[in-house]
Amino acid sequence: MNSMIAGLIIRRVGIMLVSLVIVAFAVFAATELLPGDVAQILLGQSATPEAVAGLRKAMHLDQPAILRFGHWLGGLVTGDFGRSYANNRDVADLISGRLVNSLKLGAVTTLFSVPLSLFLGVTAAMFRGSFYDRLVSVFTVTVISVPEFMVATLAVLIFAVYLGWLPALSFANEVHGLGELLRVYAMPVITLSFVVSAQMIRMTRAAVIDTINTPYVEMALLKGATRRRMVMRHALPNALGPIANAMALSLSYLLGGVIIVETIFNYPGVAKLMVDAVATRDLPLIQTCAMLFCLSYLLLILIADVVAIASNPRLRQ
Amino acid sequence: MGNIVEIRDLAVAAKTDSGRVVDIIKGVDIEVAEGEVVALIGESGSGKTTIALTLLGYTRPGCRITRGKVLVAGRDMVAMSEAERQHVRGQQVAYVPQSAAAAFDPSQTIMEQVVEVSRIHQLMPPEDARRKAVDLFRALSLPNPETIGARYPHQVSGGQLQRLAAAMALIGDPEVMVFDEPTTALDVTTQIEVLRAFKSVIADRNMAGIYVSHDLAVVAQIADRIVVLKGGEVQEVAETEKIVHTPQHAYTKELIAAFHPVERAPADPRAMAQRNAILEVKNLSAGYGPTGSDSQPSFLALKDVTFRLAAGESLGIIGESGSGKSTLARVISGLLPQSSGSVTFEGRELAKSVSGRSREELRKMQIVFQLADTALNPNRPVRAILGRPLTFYHGVRGRQREAEVDRLLDMVRLPAALKHRLPSELSGGQKQRVNLARALAAKPELILCDEITSALDTVVAAAILKLLDELQRELGLSYMFISHDLSTVEAICDEVVVMYQGEKVEEMPTNRMKSGAEHPYSRLLISSVPQLDTNWLDRLEQDNELMQAVAGR
Amino acid sequence: MKALAASARRRTGFHINTVGTIGAAIVLFWIVIAICAPLLVPYPVGKIVDFDFFGPMSQKFWLGTDYLGRDILSRILMGARYTVGIAFAAVSLACFVGVALGMIAAVVGGFFDTALSRFLDALNAIPSLMFGLVVVAGVGSSIPVLIMTLALIYAPGSYRFARSLAANTNTMDFVTVARARGEGTVYIIREEILPNIIGPVLADFGLRFVFIVLLLSGLSFLGLGVQPPNADWGGLVRENLAGLPYGAPAVIFPSIAIASLTISVNMLIDNLPTRIRDRSA
Repeated sequence: MNSMIAGLIIRRVGIMLVSLVIVAFAVFAATELLPGDVAQILLGQSATPEAVAGLRKAMHLDQPAILRFGHWLGGLVTGDFGRSYANNRDVADLISGRLVNSLKLGAVTTLFSVPLSLFLGVTAAMFRGSFYDRLVSVFTVTVISVPEFMVATLAVLIFAVYLGWLPALSFANEVHGLGELLRVYAMPVITLSFVVSAQMIRMTRAAVIDTINTPYVEMALLKGATRRRMVMRHALPNALGPIANAMALSLSYLLGGVIIVETIFNYPGVAKLMVDAVATRDLPLIQTCAMLFCLSYLLLILIADVVAIASNPRLRQ
Repeated sequence: MGNIVEIRDLAVAAKTDSGRVVDIIKGVDIEVAEGEVVALIGESGSGKTTIALTLLGYTRPGCRITRGKVLVAGRDMVAMSEAERQHVRGQQVAYVPQSAAAAFDPSQTIMEQVVEVSRIHQLMPPEDARRKAVDLFRALSLPNPETIGARYPHQVSGGQLQRLAAAMALIGDPEVMVFDEPTTALDVTTQIEVLRAFKSVIADRNMAGIYVSHDLAVVAQIADRIVVLKGGEVQEVAETEKIVHTPQHAYTKELIAAFHPVERAPADPRAMAQRNAILEVKNLSAGYGPTGSDSQPSFLALKDVTFRLAAGESLGIIGESGSGKSTLARVISGLLPQSSGSVTFEGRELAKSVSGRSREELRKMQIVFQLADTALNPNRPVRAILGRPLTFYHGVRGRQREAEVDRLLDMVRLPAALKHRLPSELSGGQKQRVNLARALAAKPELILCDEITSALDTVVAAAILKLLDELQRELGLSYMFISHDLSTVEAICDEVVVMYQGEKVEEMPTNRMKSGAEHPYSRLLISSVPQLDTNWLDRLEQDNELMQAVAGR
Repeated sequence: MKALAASARRRTGFHINTVGTIGAAIVLFWIVIAICAPLLVPYPVGKIVDFDFFGPMSQKFWLGTDYLGRDILSRILMGARYTVGIAFAAVSLACFVGVALGMIAAVVGGFFDTALSRFLDALNAIPSLMFGLVVVAGVGSSIPVLIMTLALIYAPGSYRFARSLAANTNTMDFVTVARARGEGTVYIIREEILPNIIGPVLADFGLRFVFIVLLLSGLSFLGLGVQPPNADWGGLVRENLAGLPYGAPAVIFPSIAIASLTISVNMLIDNLPTRIRDRSA
C-alpha cells in the first residue's frame, strides 16, 4: 500500500544521499588531493617557503585529508561554500545570480524539449519501420553522434550568419521587451533542445517499443484494437517508468550541454562561471559548481525513480 | 450444418534472422463446422499456433501468409483490409492465449480489460458489458464473481487468470473461439478446473472452436475432431475417438504409443531395503532470503524432508510448482546450502556447499537440468562440453579425450560426427542427450534429473526415458528423478515421493501410485493427470473442497 | 515460431549490410590515417605555410589554411592521431577494467557486488564533461591525464553493462552445472561467461568510443583537452572558431572529421547482426 511506496521513496532518498557523499569525495579528491600542494600552486613557483607554509596553515592544508574533507563537507551543508581564490569574494555571492540564469535556461529548454521528444518518440515507436520512423532515427543518431559544440556552431552558422535573424556570440545583460528576450534565449535554447531531445526521442522510442513487443499488446491487437489504441492504452501506461528514466538520463545531457552552450553563447550562468574558474584554477568555486551539478543530476534521477515507483500498479494497489 | 471456418491451401513463410525465407506452413486444409471444436495437435514447430492465429488474420512479426484462404463465416481473412480484420477480431473470432499471466496488461484492472472488446467495437453500454462479464465469471465458476474484476492481474492465481482470459474472449459473443494451449502453463490440479469451465461454456453456447495443444489427453476431453500436424503439414484428420483408438497415420500411432510408456517392473522392495543407501536425506530444510533469529531463512522452500535412495534404484520426486522439488535437487548437489538437516552420500555426510566437498564426491553425483537449451553453453561445441568433465575429473587429454567423447556420444546413441557442432545446431532431443552425456562423462554413481523430459515433445521424451533405463542397467546408476509429470515417473522410477508446499506428504512404490495413495493430496494429484480417454473428465470425481484449497493457493 | 527461432539460430556467418559496411570502411580509414599520419602530411604540422589566414580550399592547400596560415589537411591528419589514439586508449582501459570487474561482481555476488555497484553508480552520477573539468582544474591537462580521466568517467558505465549481461548468463543452467562440477571462479568467468557476452560487450565498446571522442572533443573545444601547439579535432575547431562567420573551411572540416568518425561507428554498430548485438536478451 501507500506505506510501501513511502518506504521505497525513503530508500531512494537514502541512496541519493549516500551517492552525494561519494560524489563529494570524488570532487574533493580530484581538486584537493590529486593536485598536490594547493598553496604552492596559488602562490606560484617564486614564493618563499615561509609564505607557502603560512598559507598552508591558514588553509588548514596541514591537517589530514579526511579531516579536511569533513570540514569541507560540513561547510557545504551549512551553506558556507568558502571564498573564491580569484577575487576573494564569497562563492555563494558569485553563484547566486548565475544560478538563476542557468535554471532559467534549463527550465525553458525542458519545457520545450520534453513534450516535443515525447511526441516524436512515441509516434516513431507507433509507426515503427515507416519512413517517418526512419527519418526520426537518422536525425537522432546524427545529433547524438556529433559534439554539442558542433550543433551550436551550426546553429550560429544558419541563424546568425546566413539568415541573420539572431545575435550570434553575445549576450546582453539588459533585456528590453519580449522580442528581445526571445532573441536572446533562442540560440542557446535551440541548441540545447537539439542535444537533449535527440537522446530523449531515442530512449522514449526504445521504451515504448519494448512494451509494444509484449504479449498483452499482442492480445489487444487480437481483440480488434487499432494501432493507436494498442499504443496509447496498453503500451504507453506500462512504459511510463522506463520513459521517466529515459527523460532523467537525457536531461543529464542538459548539464553537459549547458557547459558548452553557455561558453559558446557567452551566457552568464553557473557553467560559464565554472569554465572560467577552471582557467584560473579557482578551486572552491569549481567544487561548489560541481556539487551543484551533481545535486541537480541526482535530483532528476530521484524524480524519475519516484515516477517509476508511482506508475507501477503492483505498488500502487 | 455448414462450415464456419474453412482453411484452404494455407501457406505461411517466415523470415529468419539471416534473411532466409522458409515455409513454416506448407499448404494446409482445415474446416470447422458450426458448433464443432477441432483440435490442432503436434509438437513444437509443427505450426499449430501459426495456423490458429491466421483465423484472426494475424501472423507474428517476421511471418507472412504466402498463399491460400482462411474463410471465417464465408469471408477471407487473408484478403481483407486491416480495418476489416480489426472489425472481425474479438467480435467474430476471439483468442484465448497460452499464458494469460502475460496476456493481461499489468497496469489495468481485469474488468477494464475483459470489457475492452465491447468498448472497441461499441457493442453495448459499459454498464451492460460489466454485468455480462460478471455473468461470465460466474459461468466459468470463478470465485467472487462480483468483485474479482476490480483486481489487477497480479492479484489473482494463474488458473483464475486463464479463465478470466476466456471471459475476455467470450464477452463479444464470438462465433469462433481460438484456444492456444490455454492450460499448458498450469499445474495439473488447476488444469482440471479450467478444462471443466471451458468445456461447459463451449457446450452452453454451442460454439465452434479451434483448440491448439500438444497434449493428446487434454484434447481428447474437449475436441470433436483432431487434426494431427507435423512440420507445417496435416498428417491425419479424424474424429477424436478414432484418433485415440484407431490411429491410421504412422506419426499418430507414434504419438499414441509415446503416451502409454512401458511400465517399469518395480524392484523388489525387500531387496531394496537390504541394499546400501547411496543417498540419505535427513530432516532437510532450506530456503531463500535473510536468515531469521531461529537460523532459518525467511522463506522456507523445503521443510524437514527425509528419504533414502538405495543404490541402483530410481526415486521419483513429484509435485507441482512451488512444491520445493527443484530446491531439493539444488540442496543435495550443494548449490544451495541447507539451513538444517543432513545429506549423506555413500555413508558419508556431505558438506553443505560445493566448495566444501571433495572433487571425488562431486564427481560421483551429477545433476542434469530441465532445459537443454540453457544447460549447454551456446558458444562451445559438443566435444568441448563433453571434454571438460573428462579433463576436470579424470585428467584425460588429447587423443584419449577425443576417443572418450566418441564413446560418450555412442553411449547416448548419437553419431560421433555431432561433436563438432554447437548446441544451437542440435535438435531438442539431441541436446538433452548431450546434456546427459556430460553427466555420464564424470562416471557418476548418482544422477539428479531435474525435469529432464518436461520440455521435450512426447515422442522424444519417451526415447530419452528408454535411454535412461538402458543406461541404468548398463552402468548400475542410481537416479533421483524430479518431475511434475506422473507418467514419466511411472516409466522410470521404483519409488516415488510426493511433495506439497515444501513438505514430503507421502512415499510409496510406483506401482501402488494409482491404487494405493493414502494422503488426500497425493490422491488429488494422481487423479488429476489426464487420461487418454474421451470420457475421463466427465467421469472424474474429486474432493472439491481440497481442490479449491489447492487451486486457490 | 519455435521452428523459426531454431532455423535462425543456425550459424549464418557474418552478414553485414551495405550501411554497416560503409560505416566499417570509414572507421577503418580513420584508423589507418591515425597510424600513418606522419607519412601522409603534405606540410609540417606546426609550420606557417601561407600568408593568408583562413585561406580557402586550393590546389596547394586542399582544405585551406587555419588562423595562422597553417595547412588544415596536415593538421586534421595529425589530429586523427590524438582524437582516435586517446579515445582508443581510454575506451580500452575503461572497458577492460569495467568488464573485468563487472564479470567478477556478477559471479562472486554478495557484499563485494553490492558495495562496488553502489560506489560506481555514485561515480556515474557525476556529469561526464563536468568531471573532466574538475580533474583538469585540479591536475592540469596532459595526454596521460586525459586518458586516465576519460577511462575513469566511462568505466562505471562499462561495469554496469557487463555486470548485467554477466548476471543474466550467470543464472543459466550451464553455469550452474559448471559450479556443481566444482569449477573455480576464474574458469567460470573465462570459459562460461565471457564467450557469451563478448558480442554485446564489443558493441558497447564501440558506443563508448563514440562518447569518449565526443567528450574529448568537447574538452578540447573548451581549451582543456590536448594543449597547443598540438591539436586534436576538437582543438582545431576551437582554434579556428573565429573563422566561423566567414564559413572558413578551417572550422568546417575538423567538424566533419569528428562527425564522420562518430556517425560511422554508430552506423556500423546499428547494423551488426542482431545475433551479435543482443545476446543479452
